[in-house]
Amino acid sequence: MSTLTTNYLAPTGREEAWRFTPLSRVGGLLDATTAIEGIASVRITSNQPQVKLTVKSAQNLPAISISDDLATIRAREVISEVTHIEVAANAQLSEPLIMERAGLSGKPQASRTLISCGLNSHATIILNNAGDAILADEIEFDLAPGSNLTFISLQEWSAKAVHLSRQHAVISKDATFNSIVITVGGSLVRLLPTVEYSGPGSSADLQGLYFATDGQHLEHRLHVNHNVPNAKSRVNYKGALAGDKAHTVWIGDVYIRANAEGTDTYELNRNLLLSDGARADSVPNLEIETGEIVGAGHASTTGRFDDEQLFYLSSRGIPAEIARRLVIRGFFAEIVGKINNEEIENRLMDRIDSELAKVEA
Amino acid sequence: MSTLDIKGLQVSVATEAGFTEILRGVDLTIKSGETHAIMGPNGSGKSTLAYSIAGHPKYTITGGSVTLDGADVLAMSVDERARAGLFLAMQYPVEVPGVSVTNFLRTAATAIRGEAPKVRTWVGEVKEAMKALNMDPNFAERNVNEGFSGGEKKRHEILQLELLKPKFAILDETDSGLDVDALRIVSEGVNRIKGNSDLGILLITHYTRILRYIKPDFVHVFAAGKIVEAGGPELADKLEEKGYAEYTTA
Ligand SMILES: Nc1ncnc2c1ncn2[C@@H]1O[C@H](COP(=O)(O)OP(=O)(O)OP(=O)(O)O)[C@@H](O)[C@H]1O
Ligand SMILES: [Mg+2]
Repeated sequence: MSTLTTNYLAPTGREEAWRFTPLSRVGGLLDATTAIEGIASVRITSNQPQVKLTVKSAQNLPAISISDDLATIRAREVISEVTHIEVAANAQLSEPLIMERAGLSGKPQASRTLISCGLNSHATIILNNAGDAILADEIEFDLAPGSNLTFISLQEWSAKAVHLSRQHAVISKDATFNSIVITVGGSLVRLLPTVEYSGPGSSADLQGLYFATDGQHLEHRLHVNHNVPNAKSRVNYKGALAGDKAHTVWIGDVYIRANAEGTDTYELNRNLLLSDGARADSVPNLEIETGEIVGAGHASTTGRFDDEQLFYLSSRGIPAEIARRLVIRGFFAEIVGKINNEEIENRLMDRIDSELAKVEA
Repeated sequence: MSTLDIKGLQVSVATEAGFTEILRGVDLTIKSGETHAIMGPNGSGKSTLAYSIAGHPKYTITGGSVTLDGADVLAMSVDERARAGLFLAMQYPVEVPGVSVTNFLRTAATAIRGEAPKVRTWVGEVKEAMKALNMDPNFAERNVNEGFSGGEKKRHEILQLELLKPKFAILDETDSGLDVDALRIVSEGVNRIKGNSDLGILLITHYTRILRYIKPDFVHVFAAGKIVEAGGPELADKLEEKGYAEYTTA
């Protein structure tokens, strides 16, 4: 348990990185004087012999990346233990590994996790974030050459939860990182899927879905640092907002450094506004320091329900309410389908349906 | 025996300059089993008539009535109209991303029939109907109209017509964009449906070609927002030869 620190400076809200976030609602996580409990917050519920979980002292397992994110800095200061999940070299997991949270108290807590994927390993990990929490959370991914990790982070928090999270991958030669971030729950979620490369031939595919209703603040800030030649990145986030004061923020920062020749990147964010009073901020940002690239592009759209689609479905006898649901499901299908797990897909869609029904009622 | 009765229908659309009147009093009665063709110049309001009957929100009804066996169609929501037995094969069918044809057809059939079709017979029914229209079975797994060619979209409309079995179908330029073979296949489809039911048809077209397959009982000339002449099949031939000049320069 740590309270006061010397070098930590809480954000004021004027910083670029915090200008969208309602700081009054972060549950004290960014306050230098709040008591924040450091915990090892993840456990594996489906054991697999090729995967090892150990809780290590933070001194013995320092962070593998630099971060200027204040929530991450704060978390690193207060934790004393790190959960280390290691996927063995050459492991080919046939079933996804399921991770859940443990020890969440609903009071300010912080946690740090390192997921190391061994040489040429192939794994899917699903993290279930559910229940109440006020959590500053960092997960780093260390992808050894030739490894392939699909990480599915499900934010199905309860209505009160606060979650500040950094999910940072360091992708080495010929490794592939597939991130799927699904955020439907929580009062305030601010999640940073970030990527850097440490060898050529590496690739990142960052997919996301968020659905915000009344009063929810769901913020995703992506950062892809093309700092090696011949790496690839794809970003595709889709969001829908319904109800008064629903607020989403999507920031997509992609940097192509001077040495990153042969970079191939594209990022896309699409938002669907289902009611007035909801607000979707979307800021794609692409900075290119070399012209020797394969391709770079970005797009961002925010639109309302397509009345033509609704009319088409209704004209086939489908009641308006079901038609709306079909269109929303259709909008999200591309992302949800990537989870490749029918049970989770149905659970998410049911939650979206019922949240939507609440807003419409 | 059913009757679709359109009386003095007046329709406007909202434009930047205010409301523009497009339909200026349309009168038309269609009975079960009858096929009515409507021909008329571009922009004369044919699609507006079709959409207004189907209930598209873009159009404001400013006068007249549409009834189906006496029931006030204009008071119904779009989906109620479809469930009452009206079907519109659209000139420009809409793409619905992420919604598969299978899911869409089943949801629509469930709504129209009032209960979910039995899985076993339903799958066969869809397959059969697709085969009859020469549609690749892969279309079932694709998203509704997404990336379909113009002709494929039109076949998909007729597929729905076959599965949803309405009382009256409005076919808005279903023949446009079809190649010769597709035109025959689609027309045969319509005739087959008609043969198996008592379907009444309102067929909007620019070409007499389709009328050689789907024989109209009546042909109506549509100009400047209303029907300006009515006759039998011979009227279509006259239009093909002489065009619309005599109706539009009046
Ligand atoms: N939103 C709108 N604003 C202005 N004019 C409109 C609008 N919608 C339709 N119109 C006009 O209404 C008229 C009738 O259009 P409609 O689509 O019904 O014609 P159509 O007879 O079906 O033509 P086509 O043979 O080309 O399909 C056209 O002049 C069209 O430009
Ligand atoms: Mg038209």
